[in-house]
Amino acid sequence: MSYVFMIPGPLRELAGNRGEVRVDGDARSISQALTLLWARYPAVRDRVITERGEVRTHVNIFVDGESIRDLGGLAAPVRDGAEIFILPAVSGG
Amino acid sequence: MPEIRHVKPKNGDLLLLVGTMKGAFVLRANKHRKKWDVGGPYFPGNAVYAMSYDDRAGRHRLWAGPQSMHWGALLRSSDDFGKSWTNPEAANVKFPENSGTSLVRIWQIASGREPDTMFCGVEPAALFVSSDAGKTWRLNEGLWNHPQRPKWQPGGGGLCLHTILLDPEKSKRLRVAISTGGMYVSDDGGASWRPSNRGVRAQFLPDKYPEFGQCVHKVVQSRQRPERMFLQNHWGLYRSDDGGESWKDVANGVPSDFGFAMAIHPSDPDSAWIVPLESDEFRCTPEGKLRVYRTRDGGKRWQPMTKGLPQKKAYETVLRDAMSVDSLDPAGVYFGTRSGKLFGSRDEGKSWSSLLDGLPPILSVKAVRVSR
Repeated sequence: MSYVFMIPGPLRELAGNRGEVRVDGDARSISQALTLLWARYPAVRDRVITERGEVRTHVNIFVDGESIRDLGGLAAPVRDGAEIFILPAVSGG
Repeated sequence: MPEIRHVKPKNGDLLLLVGTMKGAFVLRANKHRKKWDVGGPYFPGNAVYAMSYDDRAGRHRLWAGPQSMHWGALLRSSDDFGKSWTNPEAANVKFPENSGTSLVRIWQIASGREPDTMFCGVEPAALFVSSDAGKTWRLNEGLWNHPQRPKWQPGGGGLCLHTILLDPEKSKRLRVAISTGGMYVSDDGGASWRPSNRGVRAQFLPDKYPEFGQCVHKVVQSRQRPERMFLQNHWGLYRSDDGGESWKDVANGVPSDFGFAMAIHPSDPDSAWIVPLESDEFRCTPEGKLRVYRTRDGGKRWQPMTKGLPQKKAYETVLRDAMSVDSLDPAGVYFGTRSGKLFGSRDEGKSWSSLLDGLPPILSVKAVRVSR
């Protein structure tokens, strides 16, 4: 199975300067799919996830267009071929 | 992204490391301190509460603790005065997974006594230590496991460890200050800690003079006479002549004993500078006058230093790390405001000039001398 991650601009230099990353493996949840991404580009992990294993407050992850906050968080199921967006939230000042 | 400029320091030059809500700037001047080149902005969009310069063991390394609202905080360093910065793969300052907490921001970066020892103070209030010149960091368990820690409370800026003082004479003695927790001292290199707040008021608690829990905003210590310290409190201006074991109120002649920033003279233990702010809620310079107050007698008297500073409609705020003193004679004094104004004095505060205006809100200012 494979999953396609869309990497936001500020993190692309940590992901081989790529905006789109396809990873292969067997993931049943978004958490497991992310682990596949971390294995390829480990520097992305700490920018997205805190020491507590939670998605940072001002980071949003969408799976096939739906925010994982509405799908059960990191435990949300993920399908083969899913498109996963990592995006900075609309915040700042 | 903005165009980024760089400075080219020479031996003996002065640097001002300026952290703002939107990135960091590095200013350079020669020993005459008349003209400042400006480098930056570095880490545009990131809040930079802490910067430092490490010139030990042949290094000439800048450190910064940028905090991205989105991607978190970490320590980054530059060995070429800002042209390039490290971007560690894994966050280098992080709490153990079993701590149940995560790093919010880095508030202070300090060099230790040994050439490869470093400290940083963070939010939530904790001390991290490095023994390999900043490559790896570990949580100071002695302070983290202190039985009083659960009772510390966040102030307006968060629950932060913002001050780290190495005793110039006693190698195992360390002091830190926490808002809101108070000052703590270790006599065994950080293995154990005890509060050191006797005489410091906690206006916001039922017990006005508790053992701990004070909202200490900044503490400074004399290098020549380490037992001499000054403390700017959340209401209260203090001096200690016994290394912080006890504190005496020295708010004599100031328009307010509230404030954040504080600096001590590099060679005169009796001289210090503060910027009083009005009340707790307003937190701006009283009467719309931007006044730095200086004492030259250990706090018996404080005198306003206003020449060159706006004295009308100047409702400014100077944060706890936004004032610094250089090591020249006469000492230069520098401070930045939340409205993005950076001021400097080449004559110990007698006269001031604007170094930069229009910066993002200034969080930290540190004056250092380059040794290459």
